[in-house]
Amino acid sequence: MITQRFDSLRAAGRRALVCYATAGHPDRARSLALLQGLEAAGADVLEVGVPFSDPVADGPVIQSSSQQALAHGMTFEGALELITEAKLSVPVVLFSYLNPIVAAGPDALHRARAAGAHGVLVTDLPVGEDPEREAWFGAGPLDFVRLVAPTTPRDRMGLIATHGRGFVYLISRLGVTGMQDEISTSLPSTLATLREVCTLPICVGFGISTPAHARQVGALADGIVVGSAIVRAAERSVDEAVALTRSLRAALDEG
Amino acid sequence: MTASVVESGRFGAFGGRYVPETLIPALDALEVAYADALRDPAFVTALGDSLRTYVGRPSELSDAPHFSALIGAPVYLKREDLNHTGAHKINNAMAQALLAQRMGKKRIIAETGAGQHGVATATVCARLGLECVVYMGEEDMRRQQLNVFRMRLMGATVVPVLSGTRTLKDATSEAIRDWVTTCEGSHYIIGSVVGPAPYPRMVRDFQAIIGREARAQMLERAGRLPKSVVACIGGGSNAMGIFHAFVPDREVELVGVEAAGHGLATGQHSASLAQGTPGVLHGALSYLLQDDDGQIYPAHSVSAGLDYPGVGPEHAFLKDSGRGTYVSVTDDDALDAFGQFSRMEGIIPALETAHAISWIMANAGRWAPDEPVLLCVSGRGDKDVAQVAEMGIVPL
Ligand SMILES: Cc1ncc(COP(=O)(O)O)c(C=O)c1O
Repeated sequence: MITQRFDSLRAAGRRALVCYATAGHPDRARSLALLQGLEAAGADVLEVGVPFSDPVADGPVIQSSSQQALAHGMTFEGALELITEAKLSVPVVLFSYLNPIVAAGPDALHRARAAGAHGVLVTDLPVGEDPEREAWFGAGPLDFVRLVAPTTPRDRMGLIATHGRGFVYLISRLGVTGMQDEISTSLPSTLATLREVCTLPICVGFGISTPAHARQVGALADGIVVGSAIVRAAERSVDEAVALTRSLRAALDEG
Repeated sequence: MTASVVESGRFGAFGGRYVPETLIPALDALEVAYADALRDPAFVTALGDSLRTYVGRPSELSDAPHFSALIGAPVYLKREDLNHTGAHKINNAMAQALLAQRMGKKRIIAETGAGQHGVATATVCARLGLECVVYMGEEDMRRQQLNVFRMRLMGATVVPVLSGTRTLKDATSEAIRDWVTTCEGSHYIIGSVVGPAPYPRMVRDFQAIIGREARAQMLERAGRLPKSVVACIGGGSNAMGIFHAFVPDREVELVGVEAAGHGLATGQHSASLAQGTPGVLHGALSYLLQDDDGQIYPAHSVSAGLDYPGVGPEHAFLKDSGRGTYVSVTDDDALDAFGQFSRMEGIIPALETAHAISWIMANAGRWAPDEPVLLCVSGRGDKDVAQVAEMGIVPL
C-alpha cells in the first residue's frame, strides 16, 4: 500500500506529504478528528505516534504531546483502535520506540495490520543492532521503514536502504524532532549521496514546518514529513493543524 | 564492523545500542578511540598520574571497629568518599574527559542525579579546560542544592530538566537529546554503567580500579579475600567497579543493594533488578521498572543517586547468571544506617552508600568472625546533610 502510494505519486510527478500526529493528543476525540482532517487536507501518508514515556529522539513539542497522551491513558492498543475508527484511506505508519512495541507482544504487528496500519518506524532500533528483533519487524506484515541520519556514512546508507521497505526516512539535520527556521545546508549533499545507494523513495523529516520548507525540500526529495509543526498547531485546534496541512499540500504541489 | 561492535557491546542478551541512527557513527568512533587509548602508553600514564596526583588514588581501605563489632565480622571500608569531590564518580569522569580531549572534543555533556557525577565532571572539565553542560532534574536540584552550587562555582552550566519525573531518568534523556544534536563536537560523559555500548563496559573498566586496589589491599590487610563484597546500586557503577576484579573469584559473594524506597510492595522504589522486567531504556536492554505497556515507571528513592528505573546491563547479566546477589533496602532503613554509621565510625556516608551499610547491619551474624566483608563507601554524605536535616531526623 505504501509502495503503491509512492508509485502513483511518482507517476503523477507529485511529492508525498507525510503528516505526523501523536495518538491520543490533545485527547482521544480530537486525535481522531485530527487524523481524519489531515487526510482530508491532502496527507498522502499518516504517521501515528504511539507515545512512549521516555522519547529520546523527540524535542519538546512531541515530548509534551506524548506525555499528554499517556496521561489520557493512550496505549499501543488504544492507538490501533483509533486507527481503525478513523477509517482512513491513506497508508498509516506507526511511529514509536522499541519498548512499547515489544511490550505489545509477539503478534503486535499482525494486530496493527488488522487495525489498518501499513508500516512501522522505530526510532531507537538502528540497522544491524538487534538482528533478531529487526527480523521480527522485517518479516512481519508491516513495511519496516528505516532511518538515515546526516551522520550516516555512505556505505551504511546503502546497508540501511537494503533493509528498509516502503520508503527511507532521512533525518534532515543533527538533533531531535522539532521546528526550525532554516533547512540544514548539508541536506542537498546528504540527499544526493543517499540517492546513489538507495532505490526506495526518500522522505525528509525533522524540522520541516512551513510551506517554504515544503517547497524547498519537496524540490529535492520524494516526500516530506511534518511532525512538530502539526502537533503544535493541534495543541491550539484541530482546524489550525488542518489549515497548516492544506498550506503545506499547496506549497508542495506548486513545486 | 557493525557485527563485532554489537557483539562486544552485550553481556549475554543485555546491553546493545538502541539509539537514534544519528548516534551510531559517534558510538563507533568512541569505541575505536577507547580501544586506541587503552593501547597508548601515553594515555594510560596520563590517566594514572591524574588519578594519583589529582583524585588522590589509591583510596584507603579502612577498618571499622565499632561497625565490625556490631556485625560480628570484620568489615573493611573501601574509601571512595576520600576521592577528590567525594565519590567514586570522578574515576570515570577523569578518564572519559581525557578520552574526550584525545578525540578533540571541546564540549562535555553529563547527566546527574545526586549531583556527584555532575560535580566530578564539572571538576575535570575545569581542570582540562573543557566546556561543561550538566543536565539535572529540577527535583534533584532541590534535593542537592549544594552540588548545584559546586558545579556552577567551577564554571559548569547546570540545565534544569522539567520533563517527566524531573529526576535522573529525565536528565539522562535530555543529555542524550543534546548529544544527538551536538555529537560532532561534544562528548557525553555518562555517569554510570548504563547507556548504549560501549558505555557500560567502558565505565566499568574506568571504575574497576576500585576493585583492583581493594582486592590487593584485602590480601595485604586481611590476608584473604573477602567473603562478601557489598555495594549500592543506582545505575551500578560503584558496584561494577568493586565487583569486577572479584568476578573470577567464585568463592567471593557479590552483593548489590538497590533502593527499596517506601517498600517494594508500594511500587515506589528503584529496585529494577528485584522488581523489573527486561526492556529498552537509554540505549540498552536491561531490567527496567515498567508497566505492561512498556512505559517506564517513575522510580523513587530518598537518595537521588539511586532514583533510577533502570540498571546497568552487566548487573542484569550477573543477576541472571547467578554470579551476583541483589537485595534492597528501604528509605527508612537507609536513613537509620546513615545516622548510626556516622556516630559509630566518624564517617558520614552518602545516602546511596547508607543502603549498602543498612543491608550489612540487617544481616549481622550472617558472617563468621573470620569472614571479612568488603563495603564500597561510594561517597561521603556532606551533600545529604541538608536534606536529612530537613526531614527532621537529626536536627541541624
Ligand atoms: C555516592 C554515590 N554512590 C552511588 C551512586 C549510584 O551510582 P552507581 O550505582 O552508578 O554507583 C551515586 C550516584 O550519584 C553516588 O553519588
